[in-house]
Amino acid sequence: MSEYKGPPAADPGALGVGTSRGGSAMLVAQSGLAPRHGRAGGILGGLGPLVRLLQGWISTYFSLLLLGMMALAIGLTGVQHGVTLMGEQIKNALVLGAIYALVAIGYTMVYGIIELINFAHGDVFTASGFYAFGFASLFHLDSLATGSFGGLILALVIVFPLSMIAAGVTGALIEFVAYRRLRDAPRLAPLITAIGVSFLIEGIMLVVEGPDNVTTHMASWINGEAFSIAGVSVGYTDLFVIGMALVLMFALGAFVRRTRLGKAMRSTAQDRTAALLCGININRTISATFFIGSALAAAAAIIYSINYGVLKWNIGFHLGIIAFTAAVLGGIGNIVGAGVGGFLIGIIYVFGGSLFGGEWSEALIFAVLVLILTFRPVGLFGVEVTTRA
Amino acid sequence: MSENGQSVAAPDSAGGVDKVIDLREIDVYYGRVNALSKVTLEVRQGEIVALIGSNGAGKTTTLRTISGLISPRTGEVRLFGKTTRGMGAAQIARLGVGHAPEGRRLFPRMTVRENLDMGAYSRGDRAGIRTDLESVYTLFPRLRERDSQLAGSLSGGEQQMVAIGRALMSSPKVLLLDEPSLGLAPILVDAIFEVIREINAKGTTILLIEQNALLALKTAVRGYVLETGSVALSGPAEELIASPDIQRAYLGM
Repeated sequence: MSEYKGPPAADPGALGVGTSRGGSAMLVAQSGLAPRHGRAGGILGGLGPLVRLLQGWISTYFSLLLLGMMALAIGLTGVQHGVTLMGEQIKNALVLGAIYALVAIGYTMVYGIIELINFAHGDVFTASGFYAFGFASLFHLDSLATGSFGGLILALVIVFPLSMIAAGVTGALIEFVAYRRLRDAPRLAPLITAIGVSFLIEGIMLVVEGPDNVTTHMASWINGEAFSIAGVSVGYTDLFVIGMALVLMFALGAFVRRTRLGKAMRSTAQDRTAALLCGININRTISATFFIGSALAAAAAIIYSINYGVLKWNIGFHLGIIAFTAAVLGGIGNIVGAGVGGFLIGIIYVFGGSLFGGEWSEALIFAVLVLILTFRPVGLFGVEVTTRA
Repeated sequence: MSENGQSVAAPDSAGGVDKVIDLREIDVYYGRVNALSKVTLEVRQGEIVALIGSNGAGKTTTLRTISGLISPRTGEVRLFGKTTRGMGAAQIARLGVGHAPEGRRLFPRMTVRENLDMGAYSRGDRAGIRTDLESVYTLFPRLRERDSQLAGSLSGGEQQMVAIGRALMSSPKVLLLDEPSLGLAPILVDAIFEVIREINAKGTTILLIEQNALLALKTAVRGYVLETGSVALSGPAEELIASPDIQRAYLGM
C-alpha cells in the first residue's frame, strides 16, 4: 500500500539517460509528426492486406482502445489492491495529470504556432519553480501562508502572478534570442537550438541551485483533509492542485477563443501569411504565445512545489518529455487535446505503475508515444479539416 | 520609363497624387531566381486594373511584392504616394491594402464569421466593422448562411467568397485579387466578377490577376501583360483586347 507521491526526482547523474531518451523521442516525433497523413501507411504496410486491415482498424479505434485499456487498468487495480487504493491512485493520477496538462499546453501552443518542439519548455518549468521559491523567500511567504487562511490567499496572490510573469518573460526572451532568427531556417536548426537552450538553463540551475534536491517549504502551505470517500482521503492540496489547473485551462480556452490576441494567435498558427495580410503583428503574437505557455508552466511548477515540496535542477527535462507525450496524445497543436492528454498521461503513469511496478511507468508512457505516432499521429483529438481546392 | 514594356497607348503617368499603387522598376528574386525584372506598373484611384500573363510570368509575385510579403531587390514600391521600403506586410496591410491571396489562404479551423472578423483585425471602429460585415453579407448572401461553419469545410466558391470578404473587411483603399475565378464553376465566375464590379463601383480600387484574360480585360479599365517577369504590354483594356498579339497569345482568337 505504498502511497504514490509523484514522479521520483531523477537521481544525480541521470542526465545522460534522460538526454538520450529525450533525443530519441524527439526524432520519432519529428518524422512521425507530419500532421498531414491521418492514417499510418508506414511500417507494417508491406506485410499483406490482413495486417493493413488490422492497422487501419487500430488507427480508427485508437482512442477507444486506449481508453478501454486505461479503464481495464483502473478496474484491475481495484480488484487486486482494493477500492481504497484505486481511489487513492485516481486522486494521484488527477494531481499528476493536472501538472502534465499545464506543461503540455505550453508545448502544444508553441508547436501550433511555429512548429517547433520547444525542448527548453521543461526547463522553464524548473526555472519558474525556483523563481517561485525565490519570491517566497524574498517576501517571507512561508510564514505568511502558514499563519492564517487570509495569509495563504495573499501568499498565493503574490507568488502566482510574479512567478508567471517572470517565467513568461523568460520564455519570450528565449524565443527572441534563440528561435526568432531561425524562423525560416530548416526545421532541424531551431530544434537543435532548443536542446541547446535546454542544456544552458539546466547548466545555470545546476550552478545556482546545486546538484541535490532543494526543499521548498511550499509543501506546508496547504494542509489538512478536505473530505474522505470510501477511505480515500482527499486533501485541500489535492483540490487546490486540480482546481487551479482547471481554472487556468478554462481561462486560457476563453482567452484564445474570445480575445483579440487569442484570435491573432489562432490565425497565425493556421496561416501565417494570411495573418500578415490581415495586419497581425506576427512577432508580437509569437512572443505572446511563448509568454503564456511559459506562464502556465510556472503555474504548474508552483503547484508541483506545493504538492511535492521539492525541486531539482533537472526535474523539468524529464517531466517536460512526459508532458510532451501528453501533447502528442491529444494532438499536437490542439490546446484542449493537451489538457485532456495531460490527465490521460497521469492515469497511464500512475496505474501503469500500480499494475506493473513504478519502474515501468515511464516505459509505458513512451510506449504510448510510439503507438500514437505509429497508429494515430494526429492524436486523439486531431480531426483533420482539409482545405478544399 | 519601362524599357521592356512597349505601351500600346502609353497611359501617361499623370500627377502622382492619385496613384494608389506605383511600382518603379522593381526587381524581385527568389533566392537566385529572377522572378520580376524592371517591372513598372501603376494603379490609379478608382480603377480596375488587370494583370494577365501565363503561368510563372510573375503575376502573383507582383501582388506579393505590393503587399510586402516579398521585398524587391532594387526598385521601389510606392503606395498612396509613399514608399513602403522598410515596412512589413502587416504594416502595409494597415495602410489600406486588402489582399485576397493565391490559394485563398483562409484560416481553416475558424468559422466564416471569425475569418471575416480577422480581416478587420487592425480596425477599431466597431460601427464601421458592423456596416462592412453587413455589406459583405449582402454581396455574398451565401456567407451569412454559412456564418458559423468552419472555413476549411466550405466549397471552393464559398472559400473564394470568404477570401474576398475577409480582404474587404479591412475596409481597404485598394484590393488585390489573385485569381478569384480559379477552380470555380462558370456560373460562379460570372457572379464573382459581378461582385468585383460592384465593389469597385463603391470606390475601391482593384488590381486583379486573372487566367481568363478576356474576362479580366472586359472587367478592367487598363491592363498589364507580364511575360517571364517583365511587362510586355500595357494599356487601356479595350486596346489590349483589340491587339493582334494579345488575341493570338491570350485570347485564343
